[in-house]
Amino acid sequence: MDALIVKLKTQIIEQLNLEGVSPDDISPDDSLFGEGLGLDSIDALELIVLLEKNYGLKIENPADGKKIFATIRSIAEYITANGKA
Amino acid sequence: MSICISTYCSIRNNQIKLNGEALLTKGVEVPFNEFIKSAYDLNASPYLKFFKMDDLCKLAFITSEFLLKNRKLSEQYGAENVSLLFANTSSSLDTDINYYNTVKDFASPSLFVYTLPNIMLGEISIRNKFKGENAFFVFDNFQADFLCNYATQLIREQKAKTVVIGWVELLNENYEAFLCLAEETPNGTELTNENLNKYYNG
Repeated sequence: MDALIVKLKTQIIEQLNLEGVSPDDISPDDSLFGEGLGLDSIDALELIVLLEKNYGLKIENPADGKKIFATIRSIAEYITANGKA
Repeated sequence: MSICISTYCSIRNNQIKLNGEALLTKGVEVPFNEFIKSAYDLNASPYLKFFKMDDLCKLAFITSEFLLKNRKLSEQYGAENVSLLFANTSSSLDTDINYYNTVKDFASPSLFVYTLPNIMLGEISIRNKFKGENAFFVFDNFQADFLCNYATQLIREQKAKTVVIGWVELLNENYEAFLCLAEETPNGTELTNENLNKYYNG
């Protein structure tokens, strides 16, 4: 799980063009949206693409997105639970 | 009072000029992304959304940052009285092509939002809290007469108290930006076709 979290941080920074943010700046339990990393709705769409492109995972129910993309850890848990880690 | 060009800024050939004075010059071999990042660093006003913009927006945004530095137009005139009037030749084609290339694999949502040229106006408006009328046109080349007449009409008909006039063109690393501020002021050069052309070509 820890290795996946580190990998995810790097992928997210690259995919979302988070200039000046390093993997160490992001705690696995930081909120990705709102007060935390401050991502927006377009970033959420990019995260969906990231999951599909890199892990072959499609989020079928949009309502699940809020829970899955809450933190880096929750994304990692979703990937692991779906056997894609 | 006359409508005047109170300030103007251009970016071309890896050089930024404000009111005719060079602020930053890089060699022509420096790629656009590197040059525009240098310009962002020079402006020294953090705005992380800049890094998510496409190249056309980055160019327009940086030019506006230098043009409007030390001005608080929304406070001076009221947010609804600041208008933006932009044009270029290639619309958003540069990003359209980049987006098309992603469609073959995974379409990029963040590129898709930049597949309209008037997003430039939105980005500048968000940054400066402008809420006035804005318009974007596509021309074969810089049309001083059209831009001059349109801006003059906006101010004379009290649709705006100031207009940011812009020509922001970018395609395949070839780029050019020229922005100026038109407002009723005793301190400036009268807004005429000739003066607009002169500053654009300067």
